[in-house]
Amino acid sequence: MLDKVQTLRMLDQNAATLPLDQFDVTQSELYEHDAQWPFFERLRAEDPIHFLDHPEYGRLWSVTRFDHIAHVEKNHEIFSSEPTITIADPPPDIPFQSFIQRDPPEHDPQRAAVQPVVAPMNLAKLEGLIRQRVGDILDDLPVGETFNWVDEVSINLTTQMLATLFDFPFEERHKLTYWSDATTGAPDVSGGDFITIEERNKALAECGEYFIRLWHERANGPPGNDLISMLAHSEKTRNMIDKPMEYLGNILLLIIGGNDTTRNSLTGGVLALNQFPEEYEKLRNDVSLIPSMVSEIIRWQTPILGMTRRTKEDTELFGKQIKKGDKVVMWYISGNRDGDVIKGDPNKFIIDRESVRHHLSFGFGVHRCMGNRLAEMQIRVTWEEIMKRFRQIEVVGPEVRAPSNIIRGYRELPVRVHPL
Amino acid sequence: MTKITFVESNGSEHTVDARNDRSLMQAAVQNGVPGIDADCGGQCMCATCHVILDAAWYAKLGAPGDDEEEMLAPTPDRTPTSRLSCQIQVTDQLDGIVVNLPEFQM
Repeated sequence: MLDKVQTLRMLDQNAATLPLDQFDVTQSELYEHDAQWPFFERLRAEDPIHFLDHPEYGRLWSVTRFDHIAHVEKNHEIFSSEPTITIADPPPDIPFQSFIQRDPPEHDPQRAAVQPVVAPMNLAKLEGLIRQRVGDILDDLPVGETFNWVDEVSINLTTQMLATLFDFPFEERHKLTYWSDATTGAPDVSGGDFITIEERNKALAECGEYFIRLWHERANGPPGNDLISMLAHSEKTRNMIDKPMEYLGNILLLIIGGNDTTRNSLTGGVLALNQFPEEYEKLRNDVSLIPSMVSEIIRWQTPILGMTRRTKEDTELFGKQIKKGDKVVMWYISGNRDGDVIKGDPNKFIIDRESVRHHLSFGFGVHRCMGNRLAEMQIRVTWEEIMKRFRQIEVVGPEVRAPSNIIRGYRELPVRVHPL
Repeated sequence: MTKITFVESNGSEHTVDARNDRSLMQAAVQNGVPGIDADCGGQCMCATCHVILDAAWYAKLGAPGDDEEEMLAPTPDRTPTSRLSCQIQVTDQLDGIVVNLPEFQM
């Protein structure tokens, strides 16, 4: 059976007739072609906690219902984030450690040290700057031409934001995005094809040198409001540089967290409004719906497909016997379409959905997304500024998605903009 | 019915009559009090129903439980009398309570 699973490409399979024991939702091509929906629909209905002895990843359980996912999130004593939170085991040549890969109690002080930089009171000070940068990007868009929204807006904006948070040399800011994509886009980490393993290792070595240099510059300077300065001057973390892999791991976590996620929600929102034109009309008639729409975009997009836990002891999970060492994948992408929890049709994009904030995209529990408020603010400000300028962002060709079993992302979305 | 007053960070007051089989969070949400997000739906898995009590009410209701402490701990504007409102059951004992809302939920 294993050999069969090994060669079965899910793309060519019919979700309605394929035997459940041959379901493999870890294949990155599924997400590249947005072909995952019927498989998850059947899993939620017939085998919501689904076992697969995977030829590459080992024993793994796919958890597909909203409430089951929430249960796994909450029980971190049994379902551990160590040594990592991806389906693939950590590649031996990436020695970085970050608090997303640690359980309490080690997790807590590291998170507490960096949380203030993305806390709402700090973000309120940043909103004006973000709005101005969003406005500049939108004002520069080539009216009358077809262009790639992903490059011109989504990547451009999130990269500028990251450079601001780190006070990273602005003219070199594209390096941040490159290092983020390099970390998550290699075949051994996500089944991706952005970069080879060798190129990735080279990129991360460069990233490491760069940030160690920045640490020393900031540590020797006066305290500033950027993330690196905060780490270098904060009582709790001023010695973090003595554990360079921990420092770099946490830096990478923040880069990735602020890059892939918001970028793909900024693209996903445009796609969603084009697929549901009645919702675009609703938005034009009432822009006060933007905050609610932001949560709906984040649910509908689900930029992180899921997170993986590793089981610390034999346990039972809603009738399934989970063995110590088994991987348990919480598929947010599936839980966010669970009609038993999401109010209204979960497959539709509804900008004024009831209980719109009740979604899984940020996770729950101690590892809940730290940058959630920053993400929401960036997306909100972007749409507020878009609606001041454009009657429509029109999608004029098919989107191109990236293969990955971690990130649900876009490479291209061809659009034309129509001014008011 | 139990009378509860929620006070926003800007001073706006909302007094509601709450049913005793609900949580303080539900009393706020169901009466349209702004400033309580309750993203996780009341399962103590986020911290977006954070409220701040005065010392006397905090003492009466007791300290947060372990699960609650775990979610409150990383909240930047947590105070010594902070609680998650989804973990406080409305009872007759709460009649007249004043509940302060933080400026932001995280």
